[in-house]
Amino acid sequence: MPKLPAPPVPSSLKSPPPRPGESGGPASPVDQAIAARNSVVDWVDERTSLTGAVRWMMFRKVPKGTNWFYTLGSATMFAFLNQAVTGVFLAMYYRPSPAGGAYESIRYITNDVFLGAFVRGMHKWGATVMVVLIFLHMARTFFFGAYKYPRELNWVIGVALLILTMVMGFTGYLLPFDERSYWATVVGVNINGTGPLIGPYLSDFLRAGPEFGADTLSRFYAIHMMLVPGAIAALIGAHLYLVAKLGTTAPPWTKAQKNPKLRRTEA
Amino acid sequence: MNQAEKEEYLREYGILKSEGKPFFPYAIAKDSLMAVIVIAVIIAASLVLGVQMGAKVNAATSSYDPRPDWYFLFLFEILRQLPVPDLVGLATIGIPTLCMILLFLLPFYDRSPERRPERRPVATFSAIFVMGAMLFLTINGAEAGTPYQLIFKTPSSVIKAGPAAVAKFEGGRLAIAESGCEACHTIGSNGNPGPGPELTAIGARIPAKGIAKTLVNPTYPMPSFKRLPPKKFEAIVYFLSQLK
Repeated sequence: MPKLPAPPVPSSLKSPPPRPGESGGPASPVDQAIAARNSVVDWVDERTSLTGAVRWMMFRKVPKGTNWFYTLGSATMFAFLNQAVTGVFLAMYYRPSPAGGAYESIRYITNDVFLGAFVRGMHKWGATVMVVLIFLHMARTFFFGAYKYPRELNWVIGVALLILTMVMGFTGYLLPFDERSYWATVVGVNINGTGPLIGPYLSDFLRAGPEFGADTLSRFYAIHMMLVPGAIAALIGAHLYLVAKLGTTAPPWTKAQKNPKLRRTEA
Repeated sequence: MNQAEKEEYLREYGILKSEGKPFFPYAIAKDSLMAVIVIAVIIAASLVLGVQMGAKVNAATSSYDPRPDWYFLFLFEILRQLPVPDLVGLATIGIPTLCMILLFLLPFYDRSPERRPERRPVATFSAIFVMGAMLFLTINGAEAGTPYQLIFKTPSSVIKAGPAAVAKFEGGRLAIAESGCEACHTIGSNGNPGPGPELTAIGARIPAKGIAKTLVNPTYPMPSFKRLPPKKFEAIVYFLSQLK
């Protein structure tokens, strides 16, 4: 039987439309899922106020003209994440002991562990990719003049990240503990020792003593997997905060449109 | 930049930003694609280029000529090419420290408001010069040769066979050192005692043909060397067959 049209009553007399989930019968699975999600988000947000921060980070605008060159910074960060993840897996098998089998544990990783050579290769070549990307990112920043006001501090943090990345390369080179890495590190530490004022103290600190000894390798390992990665992660956080706060630059060639609404001049 | 230039920049930037797109999803999409490319390149490098095992550390060797990782080659090359030994401190500490200070302080001595590279000729040309110099030094440093070496007296039979045979023997010596054979084999005073058999007198035990066969189709976990350039492969076979 065809349904008759509803009588033309004033809207104030109509009953309100059903709220989601109250439409007479049981709520649909989609409505239930949405309600569950909302209650979880509300629960977290009531205790942390995180949604404001997420909205601030994710829904900020990037200026007109942003192009592929602007992905180099996040690409460097992904290379760092790759190093962190593959590094954790390598640390599960590596023994930082010169007498007790640092070299043998690397051989075990390379020859015997399931996908060991593959993960070690990803860590080794990931370092190369990260260094290349960080230099490209710096070149983009330099040529676009993006280090200028108001982003001077972010440039300084970026240079610190570059130097820490090089420190990672230097300390990681010793860990396979073959002839090549050992002698290169001996020379590198000796070069550090020729520096003025802090040079001798720095090389003594790196060697854990006046000579290359039993503790040198574990010291390099601790610097390589705890000290410097922690510093890099913290500085990436500060770098990203400033990027979001100050906004990414537009390419220097991009010009704003002459919009009369946005360009109010005093008459 | 004076106050007026700062305000002009912020005003212009505010307009450009208001004309832009939200970070999510537009910039995130590009960043994600780039991340996939980065990981793909790393995986491809790991699969194609792989990793090598050098010989185990022997702290008693003093003849080893070390090389740094490639991104320190430019520093290494400055040190190597230094004409005056008194200036070692300058090359090792002086130049890198100066470069680091100049990099850190860049925004504080370059204070002009101009951002376009073609209108900042001094900055642009300095950067291109520095990049060119680093590239030049890195390439020259890489040409210093491989740090791998194999200490082994050239047998008198090879020296008697003439300079061509000696050159082939030397080529084999280098190829073996580069291939990391000493990670598992002993050759004279070089390399590790296992898991592979000793190669010091391999030529007396196996003929050249048999050596070549083993290199192409070896016992696990030794890798196959059939993808080596033919010249290098022949040099390795010749080198090993002369070890008697």
